[in-house]
This record gives sequence, C-alpha cells and structure tokens, in this order.
Amino acid sequence: MTDAASRTATARREQFKTMIMALGMLPVLILLALGFELMTGKFLSVNNISIVMQQASINIVLAAGMTFVILTGGIDLSVGSILAASAMAAVIASLWQGLGWLGVPLGMLMGLVFGIANGAIIAFLGLPPFIVTLGSLTAVRGVARLMGGDTTVFNSDLPFAVIGNGSLFGVPWLAIIAIAVILLSWGILRGTVLGTWIYAVGGNREAARLTGIKVTLVLLFVYGMSGLMSGLGGVMSASRLYAANGLQLGQAYELDAIAAVILGGTSLVGGVGSIWGTLIGALIIAVLSNGLILTGVSDIWQFIIKGLVIILAVALDRYRIKGGART
Amino acid sequence: MTEPVLKMSGISKTFGPVRALHDVSLTVYPGEVHALMGENGAGKSTLMKILSGAHVPDRGGEITVAGTPLPFGKPKVAKQFGIAVIYQELSLAPNLTVAQNIFLGEEIARRGVVNRAEMRRRTQAILDRLGVEFRPSTLVSRLSLGERQLVEIARAMSVNARIIVMDEPTTSLSSRETEKLFGVIAGLKAEGIAVIYISHRMDEIYRLSDRCSVLRDGSYVGTLERDALDAETLVRMMVGRDVSSFYKKDHTPTKGARDVVMTVENLGDGQFVTGCSFEVHRGEVLGIAGLVGSGRTELLRLIFGADPRATGRVMLEGTDVTPASPRHALDAGIAYLTEDRKGLGLFLDMTIRDNISMAVAERDARSLGRIDVAKARARARSAVETLGIRTPSVRQTVGALSGGNQQKALIARLLEVNPRVLLLDEPTRGVDVGAKSELYRLIDRLAQEGLAIVMVSSELPEIIGVADRCLVMREGYIAGECTAGPESPIRQEDIMAYSTGSAGGVARETVQ
Repeated sequence: MTDAASRTATARREQFKTMIMALGMLPVLILLALGFELMTGKFLSVNNISIVMQQASINIVLAAGMTFVILTGGIDLSVGSILAASAMAAVIASLWQGLGWLGVPLGMLMGLVFGIANGAIIAFLGLPPFIVTLGSLTAVRGVARLMGGDTTVFNSDLPFAVIGNGSLFGVPWLAIIAIAVILLSWGILRGTVLGTWIYAVGGNREAARLTGIKVTLVLLFVYGMSGLMSGLGGVMSASRLYAANGLQLGQAYELDAIAAVILGGTSLVGGVGSIWGTLIGALIIAVLSNGLILTGVSDIWQFIIKGLVIILAVALDRYRIKGGART
Repeated sequence: MTEPVLKMSGISKTFGPVRALHDVSLTVYPGEVHALMGENGAGKSTLMKILSGAHVPDRGGEITVAGTPLPFGKPKVAKQFGIAVIYQELSLAPNLTVAQNIFLGEEIARRGVVNRAEMRRRTQAILDRLGVEFRPSTLVSRLSLGERQLVEIARAMSVNARIIVMDEPTTSLSSRETEKLFGVIAGLKAEGIAVIYISHRMDEIYRLSDRCSVLRDGSYVGTLERDALDAETLVRMMVGRDVSSFYKKDHTPTKGARDVVMTVENLGDGQFVTGCSFEVHRGEVLGIAGLVGSGRTELLRLIFGADPRATGRVMLEGTDVTPASPRHALDAGIAYLTEDRKGLGLFLDMTIRDNISMAVAERDARSLGRIDVAKARARARSAVETLGIRTPSVRQTVGALSGGNQQKALIARLLEVNPRVLLLDEPTRGVDVGAKSELYRLIDRLAQEGLAIVMVSSELPEIIGVADRCLVMREGYIAGECTAGPESPIRQEDIMAYSTGSAGGVARETVQ
C-alpha cells in the first residue's frame, strides 16, 4: 500500500519534472510579452499579435527543420542560402504562363534536394556537419545569385501571393503554415519510430548503430527535412515580397534559427530537446524584435539587446536544469 | 600489534532522509593492505569521502590518525595528515608533464618563479622508489591509464601520505599494468604506508589484502583476517543472505553435430583478429578468455558485423549469414552485448521503455511508422518483471539505474529480437556482487532455454563458474581450448598457460 503510494508519488514528481522541463522558456516569453505591453500599451493587441506571428513564421519553419538536425548532434548552417535559392526558384517558376502555382512545389523541391545533398555528404563521407553546411552556405548562396543573373526577380502578379498576405478567419496563412509545421514535427518526433531513432542517434550514435538503427537513413532524413523547411521558408518569403533576391534574402537566417532551437532547450550535443521548446524560442526572438521596435529602441541597440537576452536566457535555463537535477 | 595509523569509530552520515552510513568503525594499521568491500551503494565511497574531508559526518563519530583526532570536512587538513585518495576518474592534467602534475598546486617556487629542476629531481626520486619506467618530463597524455594511476600514487607519496585509498584501481588496467600496480602496492606496504583497497574482484582481494572489512547498507558487518577469507563468507557478508552457490551452471549443452547453432570459420580483420574458427552448440555457454588486447572484443564485433571483416564467414545452422552490419546480424539472430554499456550500449537520456524496445520498434510499428506505445510498454514491463530490473516505472530514464540494472535493461533489449546466438562482452563489468550472481543465473537460464551463448570475460573464476567450454585467445588467434568435464571444472592454470603462451606454443590443443 505504502509502496504503491510512494510509487505514484515518484511518478507524479517525474511528471512534474517533465512538465517543468517542457515549460522551459515559456515563463520568459510571457514576461517579455507582459513587459512590452506595460511599456507600450499596444503589444498585446490582436492586430500586433498577428503581426508577431507573421514575422516569426519563417523562423519557426526554419527552426523546426533545424531542431531535427540539432537533435542528432549536427548543425545546418546552410538554411539561409537554401531559402534564398528556393525563393528564386519559386519566383522564376511563378512567371511561367498558367503554371505559376508550380513555384510552390518547385521551391520546396529545390530545398529538399540541397538538404539531401548535405545529408548524403555527411552520412556517406562521414564529414563533420559544421564544415559541410558551412561549405554549402557559401556554394548555395552562389547558386541563388546565379539563378536570377544576380538581380532581383519580381512578379507583381504572383499567383501564390495569398500565402504571404492572405489569412483564414483572421489568422495569417504564414502563421497557419508555421503551426502546421510544428504539429507535423511533433508528430514525427514523438509518435514515430523515425523520431525515436533521431533521439537515439543524437544520444549515442555508436549505440544506435549497434542496435540496428539505420543511422544513414536518419541523417539523410534530418538534413533533407531541414532543406525542405528552408525551401518552404523560401516560398513563404517570396510570396510575402512578390520578389526574390539571391544576394540579400535569408542572410544570417541560420543564426536566428539556431538561436531559437537553443533557447528552446535543445542540447547542441544532441539527444535532448523538443519541438515545443523551439516554437517558444522562435517566439521569444520575434517578440523581442517587435517589442523593441514598438518601444522605439534604435536598430543598433536592438541587436545588442537581442544578443544579450539570448545568452541570459540560456544561462538561466542551465541554472534551472541543474537545480532540477539536484532535487 | 603496533598502534593503528587510522581509527574511525561511530561514523554515521545521513543525506536528507537517506541514511548512507550508520555507526561504522574501521581500524587500519601501518603497512597493511586493508580491503574494503560491499555492494554498490553500501557506503564505501561515502566513508572514504568522510575520511578525505569531502563530506562532514553526523555528530558523534571520531577519526584519529596515529592517535591525533582529525577535524571533519577539511580536505586540506586531511591531506596534511597524510591521507590521499585515488579515485577511479583520475584527476591529472594530460597536457602537463609528470613532474608538473605531481606538484600541481604545490609548485616549488621562489618569488613566483617555478624551480623546474628541483621539481624534476624530487619527482625522479619518487619514481625511483616506485620503480617505474617513465620520466618526470614525460607528458601525461602519452602515458597509459595504468601509468597515470602510478602518477597519482607518486603524487600521494610526494606529500608523504601515510594512508592511500584506492577506489577500484584495476578496472581499466591491462593485466600487465595490474601486476605492476600490485608490485607498487607491495613497495608501499614495505615502507609502512597503509593502503585501503576498494574492489569488487575477489582474486585481487585474496592476493593483496591483509584484512578485509565489509559494509552492507551503510553498516559495518565485520572484518576478516587474511586466513579467514573465502568467497562464500565474503559474499554472504556483503549480500546479507546465504548465496548457496555464487555461480550457477544447471544447463547442459546439447553436443551432437546437429546441434551446432553457429559456426565461425577463419574469421579475421587483418589486424587484431586472425583466422578464428569455432562452433557453438545449442544451450552452450562458450567462454572466451585471454589477456586484455588479445582480440576478444574485436572477434565478437567481427561476428556481429560491427567492424569491417577481411577473411572468413559466419554460419547459423548451416546457412551463411556473414553479417555486413549489426543490422544484418540482428536480423539473422545474432545479438551482441557491448563491454561499454554507457558508451556504446544505452541511450542514457531515454526511458527504460524506449531503450528496451529500440531494436524492435520498427518491427512493432503501426502504419506510417507510428510507434506502438502500448506494445513497447508491454515489452518493457514484461522484461522488467522477468529479468528483475529494479525501477519504479518503465518511464524512468535508464541513466538513473544502478550498474546491474542498466546491464539487465541492455540485455533485455537484445532478448527482444529473439536471438539464437548471444555474444556477451564482459557481462558483469562494473556491477556489484549481488547483481553479478543474478546475471549468472540469467545466463544459465537463457542457456537452458536453448540459446547459444559466447561470453568474453577477464575474470577467470567467472568463466570457470559459468562456461561449459573456454577458448583462450592470444595476439588475435585462438591459442587453445579448455573443456569442463562432468566432475572436472576448467582449470585456471590451463587458461593462464594458453593466454600467456607458456603452454609450449601448441595451438588448439584440447585440455580435458
């Protein structure tokens, strides 16, 4: 009787711990939002929240792909460049008479191909992901510039502009796509064998191999997924801008995506983390940008504050996890 | 008898609600090797941490060193009293030289300028006393694990230690390094230094210790004099119940030609393993002995397809299944238990459930590759039940389990694939005595159920106690085979002779 009671107590404590871990950075997000509301009085208006979601959406999509990669202990630095190339592909295809909608699948396919190329080099040649994706960061940027002859490609009559500017029941399509990506990622990571394998490869790669897990397949999948998400991000940003530019689009996006994943509590070593954390991390970054603009902080100071908040938030997180482990 | 150099009495320690030590006493004389034994969690480490000043005990206890009371919780003072503890995880800076490490934090310097020559001279003097081959200027990163341990001992001697505590010093040493260490310990004894020696290995305790004290569940059970040491008594003292036989061998291998489950032919990797051929029968436990580095682990990994193969093939019941990858091997029915369960086996951050069902998750999956959580839970629960894994829930992370329970969880994962051949690499490494006995029973039961088991072990008593037959490896090939008869167990001398090559160089001779 007492044994059973103590067991349920232990289980409950475990549950509580998991909940705290899952909550992670949520309190920081809420505090930030409340703080900006107090300072500006218009941060939490329906209109502004919709704007924040829209601004966050592309980074959420990129960070979701990045979460898969970082969970295996890897990194993908090429997402910004792939996004630019995919956006170019999408806009160029959208100019085809009557077939303009093909820009959407083509943009995504472009991203998927680059992602799988990354994954193949990493999985089959065994090169470090940092180096491989650093290389494709540069190379794919070149491809993106090449595609438009190093100019900006416009399409003022973009057939899929609704993705970037329309909304469904008042919710922007961009935000709906971002949420759908998070739900899909959650389903894969938590509900499928592949998801378990991703955690296993990140937790202990050699043990995964000795357990009969197809490590190569896992690596191909995660980099392919990250590429596909970059492609989707490219389509989203093209449809928002009615244009794409191989040189400027997506510059330094990889840093925001990585920051979102880390803010979300995913370990850079791999094996530990969740997609919900990534969502919260991406939202924190978007709230900071938006809030700082609303409060009228200068552009230069925004950079400094954003950087410091990221470091501080992760430091707090480390402290919290350590404290949790002690009890 | 002489005055004791160390007297601990009435030591208790509670951590919150947990009572780690209760009224423990320990008396150690100069120049003796005093073994300290007990299961994991019995309180050995806590007691030693109190001695070294890392923990403060509860009120009422007393420690005296050569008659002088030792203040609690002051590591620096403990050091000045001549107490040195050498932990399993060594605390050396690999990028520095031996001399720099020995004087780390105690550098001989005048006005901030380090006197390297003096440090080197003094280090050399200590190294001479220890009779070791490396030099004060050698970088620690170039030393083997065993040699690093000797550096730690040298460091203890540099501050004139009177009591040196060694916590399982031989776990990662080769047998040659172990011999060297034992020689050094004999030297320390001769100089009148007391050694408190913590180990799970019976043969070491027999060989080294003058007296042996046993702790169980935080309490002092008793001390045995050298003459009174025997395995049954020690195990009974440690486990607290009568372990009628520590090892268990009730299975009988079926020996007909038809009952050969696995045939290994001329297997080699062109480097560590050369031309190994043998057969394993249904219900047989085949031991593989040999010195560390003789190619035992490499042979198992080759059979499992974990490393690239140069020659040979593996047959299961007459069919060639030579695996190209671990995945092939598992599909064919060969499972492998790694010797490094934390580094190469378990996913420490994941739950027991995920760890156990990992290898069969794909087979169990529902449409679209979705995990069948109910099936995974059922598998894990039944494995926890049948293997006796002690855990509050299958949702516990594996990293939180004790060594023995981790090992059982890993074996459970292997059994889920229904293997026909089980390759076990050091199955009882780093688990306590009680769990060891349970693992032997488990191995015996699996053999009774008809599995063919190949077991690599560095502990000869374990091979003799559990295996029906034993191959001995030396320098990558099978140097000999020993078979247990109905009334004649495998002889330790035969294994040693083959593994060291003193059996006259006659390979593949059967000793009955």
